[in-house]
Amino acid sequence: MTVAELGATSPAGVKPLAGTEPENKPEPVVNDFCISVATKNGSGSQTANTTLLRALFKMGIPVSGKNVFPSNIQGMPTWYTIRVNKDGFVGRRPDAEIIIAINPATALTDLQKAGQGALFMYADDIKLPLNRTDLYYYPIPVKKFATENEKDPKLRTYMANMVYVGALAQLLGIDLEDIEAALMYHFRGKRKPVDSNMKVVRLAAEWTATNLPKRDPYVVQKMNKTDGMIMIDGNTAAALGAIYGGVTFAAWYPITPATGVADALNEYLPRLRIDPETKMPTYSIIQAEDELAALGMVIGAGWAGVRSMTSTSGPGISLMAEFAGYGYFAEIPAVIWDVQRMGPSTGMPTRVSQGDVIAAHWLGHGDSKHPVLLPGSVNECFEFGWKAFDLAERLQTPVFVLSDLDIGMNQWMTKPFEYPDRPIDRGKVLTAEDVKRLGVGGFKRYKDMDGDGIAWRTLPGNEYPLASYFTRGTGHDEQAHLSERPEDWEGNMERLTRKYETARTLLPKPIEESVAGATVGILSYGSADMPIAEARHQLAEKGLQTSYLRVRALPLAEEVRAFVQAHQRVYVVELNTDAQMCQLVRLHVPEVAAHVIPCNHSDGLPLTANWISTAILEKENK
Amino acid sequence: MATVNVVKPTVTANSVAKRVNSIGLERIDYKGAESTLCAGCGHDSIASQIITACYELGVRPERLVKFSGIGCSSKSPAYFMSRSFGINTLHGRMAPVATGALTANHKLYGIGVSGDGDTGSIGLGNFKHMLRRNVRMVYIIENNGVYGLTKGQFSATADVGQELRHAGRNELPPIDLCMEAITAECGFVARGFAGDPKQVVSLLKAALSCNGTAVLDIISPCVTFNNHDDSTKSYSWGRSKDERINDFTYVAPQEEITSEFEPGEMKDVELHDGSRIVLKRLEDSHDPTDRNAAMALLQDARQNQLFITGLIYLQPGRPNLAQQENLGDTPLVQIPNEKLRPSVESLQKIMAAMA
Repeated sequence: MTVAELGATSPAGVKPLAGTEPENKPEPVVNDFCISVATKNGSGSQTANTTLLRALFKMGIPVSGKNVFPSNIQGMPTWYTIRVNKDGFVGRRPDAEIIIAINPATALTDLQKAGQGALFMYADDIKLPLNRTDLYYYPIPVKKFATENEKDPKLRTYMANMVYVGALAQLLGIDLEDIEAALMYHFRGKRKPVDSNMKVVRLAAEWTATNLPKRDPYVVQKMNKTDGMIMIDGNTAAALGAIYGGVTFAAWYPITPATGVADALNEYLPRLRIDPETKMPTYSIIQAEDELAALGMVIGAGWAGVRSMTSTSGPGISLMAEFAGYGYFAEIPAVIWDVQRMGPSTGMPTRVSQGDVIAAHWLGHGDSKHPVLLPGSVNECFEFGWKAFDLAERLQTPVFVLSDLDIGMNQWMTKPFEYPDRPIDRGKVLTAEDVKRLGVGGFKRYKDMDGDGIAWRTLPGNEYPLASYFTRGTGHDEQAHLSERPEDWEGNMERLTRKYETARTLLPKPIEESVAGATVGILSYGSADMPIAEARHQLAEKGLQTSYLRVRALPLAEEVRAFVQAHQRVYVVELNTDAQMCQLVRLHVPEVAAHVIPCNHSDGLPLTANWISTAILEKENK
Repeated sequence: MATVNVVKPTVTANSVAKRVNSIGLERIDYKGAESTLCAGCGHDSIASQIITACYELGVRPERLVKFSGIGCSSKSPAYFMSRSFGINTLHGRMAPVATGALTANHKLYGIGVSGDGDTGSIGLGNFKHMLRRNVRMVYIIENNGVYGLTKGQFSATADVGQELRHAGRNELPPIDLCMEAITAECGFVARGFAGDPKQVVSLLKAALSCNGTAVLDIISPCVTFNNHDDSTKSYSWGRSKDERINDFTYVAPQEEITSEFEPGEMKDVELHDGSRIVLKRLEDSHDPTDRNAAMALLQDARQNQLFITGLIYLQPGRPNLAQQENLGDTPLVQIPNEKLRPSVESLQKIMAAMA
């Protein structure tokens, strides 16, 4: 049966002809496809899309959701992609088997771009020339449903989105109970909005069952692969990690894609950090006037002894340069989250990139080099969220955490986060009693007492008269007295270098998956991890075994050297144009730099397994 | 942080009874390192008045934190109160650092020393936002109309028509930092003159008792680059043109008012810590509680290049940042580790809700 036979009309006047759909009954495609929903920004489609995503997740099927959205509040095209994959590969795929075209502005392109054999669901009031014969068409009366079921014109657009949720649930076999559970999650158990949305979902599902017989092969079946897992975005994970790391002060300035970190701090801190006795907050969050001030406040709070952080993206990092360098030289703990995006200025602020690696690592003037943590999953966003504070206070220096838009803003399934496995480490802080015991001349702010380059510090408010010192960026001797003596400064820089080497040993080690006999290695970091897992699978199927090293911090660990030495060719896979990590790896292992080959790409979208495996095969076959 | 008995590290040679303040400290306990500024610099005079004010008020040096930006003025926190912690931040960035530090420990006194380049140009935005937030601290601007460390460029507070040897003539209108402070809702705005130490001390004491940011714009002549007789920021100009807009007495908490003013001539404003400012009501004296009068006064002074000093604006009621943030009696920095990390159960609950 065809769309034409169903009586569906294309208002463009082009009636689909009988026989314009694939005729053979295809083999079912179970739990392995992508859904692309094309809507307008600000139309409320996020509720519908995340409902679909969570319903699939609740069915036990591995799934991920990615929002590819414009820098715009309302009206511009947005695509939300959901990848369903029974094997657990949920990195981005550029194509989709299921297209939902709700935005008239892009519907024609969506139609033209649809892959062969795709399920093409569209709002039946959009005029479209349905002349492709390789698609399964499903026109749905979105407007009609919304108008009939929602009196408030303002809510009609929102309700319209629920129509495709119901229709798709019917076609794919998503249990409506799972849709309802997903809505309950979204509306935090509020019955009223759940009921009004469910009403539309049910009606649309019933209408679809009656009017649109299924001809396409795509179906879902319950699995148990998400048992015990949660679904969360990296920005919320980062904020929760920070909270379980004892964050006490946060200053931030609104910026996409990092705002979610501060939003989550604002959501969870009031629940988790109210003193049970005094009922007062034991934290402070300040929205600063700019990123420069945000890091200035964080440095001030870190100097005064509280765990302080900021979250930002590339443009904010640029503004923070002077304070980051200051923090390095004045040796003040701070945690800086950089949720990376394309930069600078506007144009692509809502597009992903791993373009701040070198900038963040060396931010500042005059020989500053910062520890950088590189979370490769939402789980690591949580883990590094708390570890960053221990590192910053132990090392008395700003610590960067480089997430990105893909990890930060998109929904990922993961194992529940593990509670920190060690007590909070506040680093080397002398109390008034300590200073008293050390006596006159005992406390020297910048003296390396332990040989690890890290000196002991005191905190303002320490009431012992010998505890105070005067902080400056440069030009201090061991006692923090002003000094421009060459030997004082050279000695200080040597100590900072020792401290940097200490940092190298304290940072998270790389994760290595070496394959016996493999001569090719892949080295990567951050959000590239998910597509790499799939790309390695694809490469293995084509006969190329690869080892994999995922670095998780800068400065690079010594393990990187061994990995590069052990492989003839190491492809550094990353999402930027200048092959930034590749350059850092080459600097780290100059004696085997020729083994290190860039495999980088940057188009504003998350990396895909297909691109990675194709690129590596091309390089291998040269 | 543990409190211990304070042992004075300074040892003086003779053993005759020392003059001490209310907490048993000598003036020498408030000293700083030796100044490296030019001889006769107004900034050194101000550092000396800070020592006097804190000594006389009995401020424990360990409970005060010093902040500065970059410039001649910003070097001076090293020259007073060595027993206090201090931080020389970045050019124009004293405000955010102080905001963070004094939120981490809102029980500390804060004194910030900035300059007219620091506050009036590079850090103007940060200055105004700090005032909006009303961080409890004394914000001193050592205002000399010129960049000293970079050798004699005009700053944004230089009056129109001013001349400097290398920079020539200034044609740009000045930024009046007191006016900026009032428009940012700062509750204590005063102007002083480094050549009038007594008034500076009174203003400092009142400022230290404030509940929010107290701005002291102190004309502090640069003896090297901007102290010629025609300079509106010179000692001679100040000495000959200084017009006191009002007269007041600072009365410390618990102290009785022993003002020389008659009761009917007084206006009494209580500050946060129980101290009071007793203003003399004279026919031509400026009432600092009148915001419009304060703006008019500054407008007139700016237009006519008048050298006015005194308490310009006083409106102490607004909550400070720590109060807005609802911080309790325990400073954030003293919250013990066990209260920093929420429980295992709380995490499990959050995780369960995301399943």
